[in-house]
Amino acid sequence: MRDRALWRIRPYIRPFRKHIVFVVVSAILSISASLMIPLIAKTVIDGPITDGDNGAVVPWFLLAVGLAVFEASLTFTRRIMMARLSTTIEANIRTDLYAHLQKLDIGFHDQWQSGQLLSRATTDLGIIRRFAGFGAIFLVILTAEVLVIFGLLLTLHFWLGLLVVSISVPILTLSRRFERQYFTYVRRIQDLQGDLTTTIEEGARGIRVLKAFGRGPRAFEQFDEQATELFNTHISRIRLHTRFVWLLTAIPDITLAVILLLGALVVGSGGLSVGGLVAMVTYVLILVWPIEALAWILALAEEAETSAGRVWEVFDTEPVIADDENSLHLDVAEGHVRLEGVSFRYPTGDREVLDGVDLVIEPGQTLALVGATGSGKTTIATLLARLYDPTAGRITLDGTDVRDLSVESLRRQIGFAFEEPTLFSASVKENLLMGHPGATDADVDWALDAAQASFVESLPWGLDTRIGEQGLSLSGGQRQRLALARAIISRPRLLILDDPLSALDVHTEAKVEQAIRPVLRECTSLIVVHRASTVALADRVAFLDGGKIVDTGTHHDLLERNAAYKAILSQTPDESGAQGSKATRVGDGA
Amino acid sequence: MTVFDQHDEQIPEIDPEGPLDLTGDAEVDGWRGVAAEDVDEVGGGLAGLLRSRSRALLGSLLQPHRAALGISGVLIAVHIGARLAGPWLIMRGIDDGIPPLLDGGSGELRPLLTTVILFFAITILGTVCFNAFLLITGRVGQEIVLDIRRRLFVHFQSLSMAFHERYTSGRVISRQTSDVEAIGELLGHGLISLISSGLLIGGIGVVLVIIDLQLALVALAVFPLLMLATRWFRNHSEHAYRATREAVALVIVHFVESLGGIQAVHTFRREHRNQEIFGRLSNRYQEAQMWSNRLAATFGPTVQILGRLTTASVLLYGGYRAIDGDITVGVLAAFLLYLRRFFEPMQELSEFYNLFQAASASLEKHAGVLAEPSDVPPSPEPVGLANAAGRVTFESVEFGYDERVVLHELDLEIPSGQTIAVVGATGAGKTTLARLLARFWDPTTGTVAIDDIDVRDLSDADLRRAVSTVTQENFLFTGTVADNIALGRPDASREDIKAAAAAIGADTFIERLPNGYDSDVHQKGARLSAGQRQLVAFARAFLADPAILILDEATSSLDVPSERLVQQALQTLLADRTALIIAHRLSTVEIADRVLIIDAGRVIEDGSPAGLVAADGEYAALHQSWRDSLV
Repeated sequence: MRDRALWRIRPYIRPFRKHIVFVVVSAILSISASLMIPLIAKTVIDGPITDGDNGAVVPWFLLAVGLAVFEASLTFTRRIMMARLSTTIEANIRTDLYAHLQKLDIGFHDQWQSGQLLSRATTDLGIIRRFAGFGAIFLVILTAEVLVIFGLLLTLHFWLGLLVVSISVPILTLSRRFERQYFTYVRRIQDLQGDLTTTIEEGARGIRVLKAFGRGPRAFEQFDEQATELFNTHISRIRLHTRFVWLLTAIPDITLAVILLLGALVVGSGGLSVGGLVAMVTYVLILVWPIEALAWILALAEEAETSAGRVWEVFDTEPVIADDENSLHLDVAEGHVRLEGVSFRYPTGDREVLDGVDLVIEPGQTLALVGATGSGKTTIATLLARLYDPTAGRITLDGTDVRDLSVESLRRQIGFAFEEPTLFSASVKENLLMGHPGATDADVDWALDAAQASFVESLPWGLDTRIGEQGLSLSGGQRQRLALARAIISRPRLLILDDPLSALDVHTEAKVEQAIRPVLRECTSLIVVHRASTVALADRVAFLDGGKIVDTGTHHDLLERNAAYKAILSQTPDESGAQGSKATRVGDGA
Repeated sequence: MTVFDQHDEQIPEIDPEGPLDLTGDAEVDGWRGVAAEDVDEVGGGLAGLLRSRSRALLGSLLQPHRAALGISGVLIAVHIGARLAGPWLIMRGIDDGIPPLLDGGSGELRPLLTTVILFFAITILGTVCFNAFLLITGRVGQEIVLDIRRRLFVHFQSLSMAFHERYTSGRVISRQTSDVEAIGELLGHGLISLISSGLLIGGIGVVLVIIDLQLALVALAVFPLLMLATRWFRNHSEHAYRATREAVALVIVHFVESLGGIQAVHTFRREHRNQEIFGRLSNRYQEAQMWSNRLAATFGPTVQILGRLTTASVLLYGGYRAIDGDITVGVLAAFLLYLRRFFEPMQELSEFYNLFQAASASLEKHAGVLAEPSDVPPSPEPVGLANAAGRVTFESVEFGYDERVVLHELDLEIPSGQTIAVVGATGAGKTTLARLLARFWDPTTGTVAIDDIDVRDLSDADLRRAVSTVTQENFLFTGTVADNIALGRPDASREDIKAAAAAIGADTFIERLPNGYDSDVHQKGARLSAGQRQLVAFARAFLADPAILILDEATSSLDVPSERLVQQALQTLLADRTALIIAHRLSTVEIADRVLIIDAGRVIEDGSPAGLVAADGEYAALHQSWRDSLV
């Protein structure tokens, strides 16, 4: 049932039950107060003015003033309360959504762009807020208001009143249909705007390529096509809106003309007082707004339902990698890592990235993983940190399957430096202490030193300098060294370095290698390696090809006995093209 | 600069009043660290529009629509006139139409019918005009938005790399998205309601005075109070609005960044800290929202109560006067109806202010960008260069910025077909050399020429056909792998694309992708590694088949086998073209005919690789340490 998704926000609303009762009651009271004004005018016109009784006006005046004050103070209180209510509901759902998103594993995030998630956390929650904190309440209030006005009109003069009522109901239906179409356009415009934004982003981020190949004009063509479509959709939206405005202004005005004519005739025949006619005219004018608003809220309700569905789609996704009641806590690992027949395939992939990998890393040992691009080196690294779970086989740490350990305590053992050093828009210190908030200044100095990242001190605000997208941009080499410092600062039992020195120049690379050696001796380490120079850090090398470990041994052993291995790592120009089938093939072809 | 100053001064002034601390306190914000303030913020409000370049931009945007705007001015005037006529006609109906029908009247229907028919006709006319007005202004608004979009896109594309490096892509993007949308929002919603509300309020005032001056004075006595309330609201909501924008921006940044980097978040168990930060940012956003709402919740009822009190006063005073026979019942009714229409648009007017403020700030930023001159202007009368031979000449070329000279008096002659490698430390000026040749920048003095034609005299199309660059950053555009290679030569056939990929050894990995050449490069799962992206960039450059090829650290993210493949391919592919290779790995340099060693913006060594090794200079030393690092 479609209504279900929106209905599920009830737990967020429940704490505010009392507030909602107050809001509804006060709204009905203040609307009643405002609806009394035309009646007072009627009474003044038909009573004191017709009778010529001067003194009788004052009490009505005082009543009007009293009602005004009453109404305004109720409106004020109600709106303040609604502001708190709606924003709190939104903030609570948003915070829970964020918490849930953080729990969901990498596999989920691989399939969702953060932009899509963002639109759920902002646009969709905004719509839900407007409906929950405003629309739903107004739905009740406006319905009440419309019904009261209908009642008043019917009381003032039954047949004239009936005429207004019979015209109002189709307006409501039509309005609702219009609003629904209007929202369709709004959605479409949002989508087109998203596409256009992508083109704009690529035009900005890819400016160097566009310029290098003189492809600016082509980029403009694509941009212009999308911008024009957006323009056309806006025009269609405006047309629809204009028709809607026609409906909302012309019909009430025509009704008014008819009421004026018939009303005057009725007054002539004594069926209605002059004051009564003035009151009726006023009520017809008042009626326009609640009807328009009701139509809007009904359409908003459908939007909110769609939005709630989108939000709950995320909430309903359960994290695959999570603790259960049997999860074991691991205090300090010894560091014995074992992969047994580990296979892995990405959820969207069509082939096994790893195909039965067996591998042992002894405590304190440093193992280098070598293999061609796409051979699955990085995948092994991420499996150890349990960012994914293997599709077959198992990984043990100190003899326990990592899936039986609590995720928190497993990851606590691990320091990880990624190939792409992800840094956040926060201070250097915040980035550095991500995995180890309790680090002392001495720890910080030590880690920066070991990673040769002392450039931090010369940043404008030292450790407090903001880096990342929103702050100072660092070079690739600087980012890598920071990421390395971040990985080792907690002195992890298991250190995973994924091609950690690729962006460094030869000189710096040598220094880092020297400084990092003692760190590696203290823990079990896995290093993903692309260049011969880094292999020197390892005690042992595992050579990965086609998702399998095809050879293990020391670097020198492998270099001597394995031609494919040599082809992957050997950089000597004299030897290039001599080894490796691929190289030979292209060499021949060229 | 005055705008900036005002903006800065206003903040401390407002802080003690508002519940929000805009400046952020150290304890809450410590994690963010310190950064140079974003100089983007321009004080909004009227000051923004008053700047002359904004005005000039606005003028040029409106210029093509003068006729349409003139017509819509007439239309809205008629519409407002019609709306004003309504209550007046009701008054006529009550005063002239009803009495003849009452007991003892003449029973004459004509006055009533005339009034009603008139009411009907005027209403229809007004509505028709209003609809036409909405259509015309809506279209004009969208055309202006489209115009700004196009101008910005074209202008950003035409600005030099020097500009883009300074301005950053993030700002380029927000100029073209949120800032354009702010203007669209104003044109689409705000402006129409401003115009009609403003005219209606003014018109009602006039009509009231015409109908009955004394009663009008009572009714309008409240106007100064309304102005005061509006001003109070406007001043505060400006700050509340900005606080909301800032707060939501922080929420979004944190959200996108932390979920985009979820892998790091999970491995470093940062979920709790993130949640803490998010909760705080979310709270702050909520507070800003509530501040905004509180202002509206105060302003709305204030206008409401003023309206009701005015109605009551008119009823009291008008009632007395009606009893005395000074005015008719119809006049009293008309006043009551007019007042209702008078107070309704007041709230709209105040909401309009936020839109206006955002749009004028955006317009000012746009004016700033569009006023930015291109520092590599296109040649007014380009010299044709159909088939470049590829001879490159640098003549007394000097380049610098911010009073820092990056390249000193460089003379360099690269004969057609030569492969030249440029070696030097970071910041020595290697990349500058490449960028001057690709005309990403223009030299401060001297000339860069291809086949003896100054690159400044070439059309962009000719220059780009002659020179291609492969850089270290390897941006891929949305689309397939084939699309991305075809960027080098859009009319290339599938065979050409495959041949280019095969030539540099990119075919193997491409064919292993889920959909081969038709694989979407941004689809998750088929994501390319840095090395693979770089191979695509190589294929693209080879497809372009330029006379001159620039490789700017182009092999840095390739693994050893790929690098070797590329190098083998290069030896053949560079044979008949001029090439400029910049590399920090000497393996790439080995294939060059000639090596330049650059230090601090000067060429210190120039010769063949073998010759330089023998010469025992800087290059020889580098070469030795590189050999030592090899297996």
